[in-house]
Amino acid sequence: MIDSYRYIGKETPRRDGAEVVTGSAEYVDDIRFTNLLYGEVLRSPHPHARIKQIEKSKAEVLGGVEAILTWENVPDWKFGTPTIFRILDRKVRFVGDAVAIIAARTKDIAREAARLIEVEYEVLPPVFDMEAAMKPGAPQLYEELPGNKLPLYAPVLGPKSLTEIVMGDVEKGFAEADVIAEGTFGYENIPNPLPPEPPSAVALWQEPNKVTVWVSNQQVWLNRKILSEIFGDNVEVRAIGGPCGGSYGSKVMSWQVQCYAAALSKATGKPVKVCFSKEEHLAAFVLRPETRIHARVGMKKDGTVTAISGKWLLGTGYYSMTTQAQLSVGAGEAQIAVRCANWDVKPTIVCTNRNASGIVRGFGGQELKCALIPLLSLAMEKADLDPFEVLKKNYLKPGDGYYWRDGNWYSYRGVDYTKAMEKGAQTFGWKAKWKGWLKPTALNGTKRTGVGVGIHGNADIGEDVSEAYVRLDPEGRAVIYSSVTEHGTGQRSNCIKVVAEVLQLPLEAVSITPSDTLITPVEWGPAGSRGTYAILSAAIAAAEDAKQKLLQFTAPLLGVGMGDLETEDGFIWVKNRPDNRITWKDALELRTVLGHGRFNPDYSFANCMMSFVEVEVDTETGKVTLLRVVNATDVGQIIDPPGIRGQLNGCLGTAGIDSALFEETVLDRATGCVLNANMIDYKWRTFSELPPIDNVIMETPFPSHRFGAVGIGEVATSPGPSAVLMATSNAIGVWLHEYPVTPQRVLEALGKVGSK
Amino acid sequence: MEVKVNEQTRKKSEEDKHISLVINGNQYSLEVGYGSYQVKPSDTLAYTLRETLGLTGTKVSCDDGACGSCTVLMSSKAVPSCMILTVECAGKDITTIEGLGDPKTGTLDPLQQSFVDHTAFQCGFCTPGMIMSAKALLNENPHPTEEEIKEALSGNFCRCISHYQVLEAVLAASEKDGGDND
Repeated sequence: MIDSYRYIGKETPRRDGAEVVTGSAEYVDDIRFTNLLYGEVLRSPHPHARIKQIEKSKAEVLGGVEAILTWENVPDWKFGTPTIFRILDRKVRFVGDAVAIIAARTKDIAREAARLIEVEYEVLPPVFDMEAAMKPGAPQLYEELPGNKLPLYAPVLGPKSLTEIVMGDVEKGFAEADVIAEGTFGYENIPNPLPPEPPSAVALWQEPNKVTVWVSNQQVWLNRKILSEIFGDNVEVRAIGGPCGGSYGSKVMSWQVQCYAAALSKATGKPVKVCFSKEEHLAAFVLRPETRIHARVGMKKDGTVTAISGKWLLGTGYYSMTTQAQLSVGAGEAQIAVRCANWDVKPTIVCTNRNASGIVRGFGGQELKCALIPLLSLAMEKADLDPFEVLKKNYLKPGDGYYWRDGNWYSYRGVDYTKAMEKGAQTFGWKAKWKGWLKPTALNGTKRTGVGVGIHGNADIGEDVSEAYVRLDPEGRAVIYSSVTEHGTGQRSNCIKVVAEVLQLPLEAVSITPSDTLITPVEWGPAGSRGTYAILSAAIAAAEDAKQKLLQFTAPLLGVGMGDLETEDGFIWVKNRPDNRITWKDALELRTVLGHGRFNPDYSFANCMMSFVEVEVDTETGKVTLLRVVNATDVGQIIDPPGIRGQLNGCLGTAGIDSALFEETVLDRATGCVLNANMIDYKWRTFSELPPIDNVIMETPFPSHRFGAVGIGEVATSPGPSAVLMATSNAIGVWLHEYPVTPQRVLEALGKVGSK
Repeated sequence: MEVKVNEQTRKKSEEDKHISLVINGNQYSLEVGYGSYQVKPSDTLAYTLRETLGLTGTKVSCDDGACGSCTVLMSSKAVPSCMILTVECAGKDITTIEGLGDPKTGTLDPLQQSFVDHTAFQCGFCTPGMIMSAKALLNENPHPTEEEIKEALSGNFCRCISHYQVLEAVLAASEKDGGDND
């Protein structure tokens, strides 16, 4: 860490702090509109049915109802991967699928209208299990997807996206192995990332071809891109983003919410707001993909992984937008976590009659790790190896490479994470606590403790593109034009920090525009921990460009070359002659300076987080309690200490560690209903159950941007769940194969109750 | 069915069409009815605050009494405003997040300032409710222990996991308050 920075690495208040704590931060539902209509969705009670008839005459005559759209009269808008999923279709494919959308003057009237619509269904047999869905004769969700299998190709990632992990010669690898382990693990509890703010959107369609959409998520330009693809390029889409009340990835899949609002606005000529209820959020919005892997792992006695071969099943629910991309990223991340010359892992993506899976922190890789690390563990157990040592040994090192999501090979240019892992182990006390496989760390009456460790890393920290403009004003101020919205990471404040650092301005002299695609430049947005490297690189470049233009303009005024000039706090002076100076105002008079910055994708860095957990298992009740967490990482340079601490503490929630302990979406596999679609029955961690968390954050500079930093936030949730499974299995002396480690599963494994 | 209403009952029911309550120190008289400007008997306090009075600082998340996001103070006690009907609030003294601090001078309540100082939020959506729950605790118990703070905030959902920084913010605010009083 460099101590000479003015702001980087220092605790500075979040720019939006006052708005957040006074409640004046305007989330989508807080924005006031004139003539606003409220959108409501009529949803299917059946998991699979064909709509025979919709009778809407009773609803249409209800006072205050302004539009009712069904598959018969809605625009034929489609999206997804492949592009076959309609916003309203003739078929419904899960309990909660949209049948009709209604716009009315009040929410109550819209709801009443939904109740008055009569739908006649031809009920079809549903399928909920991934393997059953692929069998001959299984109910088919789409004509276009025989066997309910989705194509694996992810067009968003380029023409040759990674669709499998195949390299080397696995038979040769198994022949070299000292031990071979085989097994099946599943992470199939489809937890919900569950941001507090529900999925929401407001749209105003202005005929013939302009639509403005107020969105609630972190990728405003991506919303514009998606909606432009859906509506066609002849429609001018303007996306406006404000504060986002949590997303954790999920709300990037808001195209349906936005299309409902847009279609209703197109039909009425008025702005329409659609805000999902929490029940809709839990039962009809996106979940994690489900993963089941059956594989063989070959390992040498020194922990070298010689071969991994197996089948990887991904369940995406009733449709996919990004599950293919999650497969690609997960497949790349597997190679980052496990150096192995011989792979043969073939995935399949399956549709079933439940609500869709989508983007959640960990993006494919967490789901894969939850099964892959336990599979590696079976081999470590056979070879009697310490998992910390094996995971440390096999994690990506400088000079190693990997096939990334775009199908290209990249050589890693980042730092060696070994030191961070060792410091994490030391902080946790791993050596003293590790007693061997399936052995508890301690026994205390009916209670046993166990420890586990997990690892994860992502090379998307340099994914996709960012642009920013920085405008210098004569009064010694700077304005950042950026499409970044604030969704919790403090990214907008961090943009201000780096620009203030480059221009050496007081923080309060730098401001950032609202995110509005009519005004602000292209920006993929915070995803895959790309904020620190990709987004900040664009902001830094824009500030540097503006600074250069400012000095270039000023140099002749001071009769020197621009290389002789320096600027700080709105003054420009000749180096070593601080008396020879002028203010920006004197230099610029009535003129502004505009700098442009762009970041192009760079997949040659990967981040890394190792998580250590200790759990206590009550062998009488089966309850598993998380006693302690230690997270270890190296981020090159901390930009904002409280911000990164918050992100790493986020390892628990948002379908992270707690998805191994108690979080799950409970799907009734007889009816297709989600049984816990409310916040009492969907379990979440409260203040009374906070375990101590230690975050070990090292700062070995990366050759990234001028501050040498890379991002980490996205992956905080990912190494923990498999560590919990390992810790619990060690505590009870029996391998658990499924998540979460509920009392039922623990007691079954202990032979204290029969299986369900 | 025809209902006969005597004169006295009719007069009383007209008076009953208005409910008076105090919100953030201001007296409100709200008319009960089904017009767009009126308070319906089914309106929750959260709905009235946000949609009728424009006090959108109170955030609604679950709308089901489970997450604490919409917490306001009623006679100094923390209550989930999504679970209370406005028509039940006659004569009540309500404080919302807008009622803390001084909007004229822009001065924050010390508890709000402590949340800023400790970056005790990430996405910020749960923060107004979190602050109101903590405010209720500090009103009743100006110097709580960490355990007491955890207990008081255990009904407030925070998904980003800012709990640790919230605890520090509330503890610091209570200690500062102690310093002032001592």
